[in-house]
Amino acid sequence: MKRSPSSPSRKLRASPGSWTTNRRKLVLGLFALAALGIVARAVYLQLIDTEFLQGQGDERFLRSVEVPAHRGMITDRHGEPLAVSSPVDSVWAHPPTLLANRERLPELARLLGMTPSELEAKVLSREKKEFMYLRRALEPDAAARIQVRAIPGVFLQREYRRFYPSAEVTSHLLGFTDIDDDGQEGIELAWNSTLQGVPGEKRVIRDRYGHTVDEVESVREPQPGRTVTLSIDRRIQYIAYRAVKAAMLEHGAAAATAVVLDVQTGEVLAMVNQPGTNPNDRGAIRGDLLRNRALTDVYEPGSVMKPFTVAMGLESGRFRPDTPISTSPGHMSVGRYTVRDTHNYGLIDVTRVIVKSSNVGATKIALALPAERLWDLFRKLGFGRTSGIGFPGEQGGWLAHYSRWSTISHANQSFGYGISMTPLQLARAYAALASGGVIRPVSLVKLDRAPEGERILSEATVRKLMPMMEAVVSRDGTAIQASVAGYRVAGKTGTVHKIVGRGYAKNNYYSVFAGFAPVSKPRLAMVVIVDDPKDKSYYGGLVAAPVFSKVMAGALRVMNVPPDNIVDPRLTPARPVMASTTAPAAAPATAKRERP
Amino acid sequence: MSPYAFQDAPLHDREAPRPRLLARVHLDAPLLLGLLAVAAIGLVVLYSASLQDLESVIRQGTRLGLGFVVLIVLAQVPPTLLRTWTPALYAIGNLLLVAVLLVGDHSMGAQRWLDLGFVRFQPSEIMKIAVPLMLAWHFADKQLPPRVPHLLVGAVIAGVPFVLIAKQPDLGTGLVVFSAGLFALFLGGMSWKIIFGLIAAIAAVAPVFWEYGMREYQRQRVRTLFDPEADPLGAGYHIIQSKIAIGSGGLYGKGWLNGTQSHLEFLPESHTDFILGTFAEEFGLIGVCILLVLYFLIVARALRLAAGAGDTYGRIAGGTLALVFFFYAFVNTGMVSGILPVVGVPLPLVSYGGTSLVTIMAGFGILMSLHFHRRRVGH
Repeated sequence: MKRSPSSPSRKLRASPGSWTTNRRKLVLGLFALAALGIVARAVYLQLIDTEFLQGQGDERFLRSVEVPAHRGMITDRHGEPLAVSSPVDSVWAHPPTLLANRERLPELARLLGMTPSELEAKVLSREKKEFMYLRRALEPDAAARIQVRAIPGVFLQREYRRFYPSAEVTSHLLGFTDIDDDGQEGIELAWNSTLQGVPGEKRVIRDRYGHTVDEVESVREPQPGRTVTLSIDRRIQYIAYRAVKAAMLEHGAAAATAVVLDVQTGEVLAMVNQPGTNPNDRGAIRGDLLRNRALTDVYEPGSVMKPFTVAMGLESGRFRPDTPISTSPGHMSVGRYTVRDTHNYGLIDVTRVIVKSSNVGATKIALALPAERLWDLFRKLGFGRTSGIGFPGEQGGWLAHYSRWSTISHANQSFGYGISMTPLQLARAYAALASGGVIRPVSLVKLDRAPEGERILSEATVRKLMPMMEAVVSRDGTAIQASVAGYRVAGKTGTVHKIVGRGYAKNNYYSVFAGFAPVSKPRLAMVVIVDDPKDKSYYGGLVAAPVFSKVMAGALRVMNVPPDNIVDPRLTPARPVMASTTAPAAAPATAKRERP
Repeated sequence: MSPYAFQDAPLHDREAPRPRLLARVHLDAPLLLGLLAVAAIGLVVLYSASLQDLESVIRQGTRLGLGFVVLIVLAQVPPTLLRTWTPALYAIGNLLLVAVLLVGDHSMGAQRWLDLGFVRFQPSEIMKIAVPLMLAWHFADKQLPPRVPHLLVGAVIAGVPFVLIAKQPDLGTGLVVFSAGLFALFLGGMSWKIIFGLIAAIAAVAPVFWEYGMREYQRQRVRTLFDPEADPLGAGYHIIQSKIAIGSGGLYGKGWLNGTQSHLEFLPESHTDFILGTFAEEFGLIGVCILLVLYFLIVARALRLAAGAGDTYGRIAGGTLALVFFFYAFVNTGMVSGILPVVGVPLPLVSYGGTSLVTIMAGFGILMSLHFHRRRVGH
């Protein structure tokens, strides 16, 4: 091109035969330049820039990838697995390649359990994409059947999936993991860092579609997650689950909860809720079905608070079990409010305030005590603050400071209104009574030894209180149905009006029973709450107590607790329950006198 | 390497009074050897680029065989017959191009294919031969260097198929066909005044063409050439990946079957248009130079043969066919190495694909016919 335009054209004219030759040479020369240009380019790319480009090339296929660590197991206190991670394979596709081999679609659809048209529509919807999941978390053997077919554009990816062998039974407690096996709720979330382990790292060769072609080296071995051993006893958990579920169905209740504590260690042996769902079926997971109501929902406890009021009364020295209290005429005025009993119990002693569950009696005891003393006990029992068990979403309930108590709230709290708590808090407080007045921290993981407790009530007080609570579980009391053959059971019923809007519902209740056994040497404390039983028998003694009885009987048997009452109280109703206790026999006598 | 080396080398027909065996069937041994050498390299690279799919190699080998058969058959066709049929071939080619626009098959967003029931082919490929022949036919009986009206007719002859092909749209093939026209005009002896006038005109028209003649994706490809990193996952992807593949090869290459960029499918079109990337990664700078030298030798030899054709028709037709071949190789290597825009032109004799291969062989067959029949006629 640089040649002067005049010289070749002159040659052309001069010699018509040679111009083709000249032009041929010129063209060849130009093309030689072009070829040299290409060579120069190649030299630049392959000699000068080669290091950078090689680095770029390596970056494209040498990848450092995370090796998932095997997530640790969650087991019950005896090592029975409650949550295990098993390897699964996710099937993914490169849609363009797969669509280029359309004739393989029917075969693939059959292996994936879809209809061919379904699969085709699914793949077509991502026609232009480079990656799509066809099916996640397939069982390894099903995935292997797909792999042997070697369908172009279909790949497998190894993942871990969480399985919960106990399914619904432990669902509220364990929570669940997401698709990447990260804890989302419950124990899975609370103990995620322990369970998770440390992912490893390896360098692999990957093609453009992310398909690993070869492994080059392992940079770091993954450290599997550690096992979390819960305090839960799977057998007791299962017994509780069956009883709670049966009760909810039988009474058409909205929800139900049960918590079983080991009195001596504060460990949670069972914690069940209803309604529930199977956490292995991800599609069925809904927040309201997986809520661990035993920890995340607060209730006004109602009459199950009365033993604490009475305990404070006994502790103060102003009341003894046989101190007479007049509850006539079945109601009393507190300021502008009226506290009512269901019947007029007349003149009764402190024992019968518990046995008959007299609101008026409890109010009279409470009002005789300074608010500060009651508040102090409630505070020490753990009300109004979380238990520190470390469960996501745990609530602490409501306990107003005594300085803000009015006379009516002072009265109300004596029988469990105007104060709220979770079932776990209630169970912990009952465990404190059961252990003779020593409160212990609660734990969801297995403990090597019992933690130090704090004495909050004198042993003498509790020794006087227990016979009263044992009397509740008698023909004479409100909760004969809570009794357990062969064991002495103490407890208290509660039938609580549910809060609706700003007031209390007339016909919606919580049925509550809290108690412990065996009385001679308490081992287990338990709380049962049935939310809104729909039939006429909504009383705690009729709805919650039978659940308590069933679960407690099973738990005592499972734990090999020696019976302390070989004679079934139900067979000898006339036998005074008090006789078996150290409490004076005067209490029932007083009560008999009061009866019409 | 120098083109003049060829000139100095004694041609067999000068040395021996009786033609050798190959020459007797109108075949030129050095050219044939060059073609076979490049074709062999092509098959070797294809085996690697197709991820060692022997079936692809066999299929391509079959097409090569078919190409050589076409070459041998066309070498026997006397140039006079060829010349007689040239206008018909050109007319049929244009009709087929029109047919493609009306009833052609869609593939990859363009209408390039014509399905005749028993065979699917791209009529635009025919024009790579038909246009040089038609221009040669046009200029053969004109006084040379041609006068302006004749040049204008020549421009129309090249322009009509270019427009038809560019409409498909297939700018790459269109440019190859159009360049064939330019080469023919150049070899026909178009005066330098007109040549520079044309260059100036093209420079003036280029912005207009950019604005109205090109589609957005074509404009994008040119822009990408200058700044591939602007859109590394979109328009720039091809260029970046092929530069990486070539650069990864270094001086000696990674060795046959050891390329990573093509095998792991980072290099797009690694066995068709961008097969040079695969080749360069595995055989390095040395391999690239050897391949380019082979191309250059083929073109030099082809031009030498064309120069020895019996008449103007033969010289122009043969020369143009040879130049088109080099243009092909240059555009492809330029585009893969990132100095020309991506226009979708295969690497001649190496890229996987049938139509272009057969066309190239047919061109060389005609070239040999033009050369050797002259000698026979002369005797």
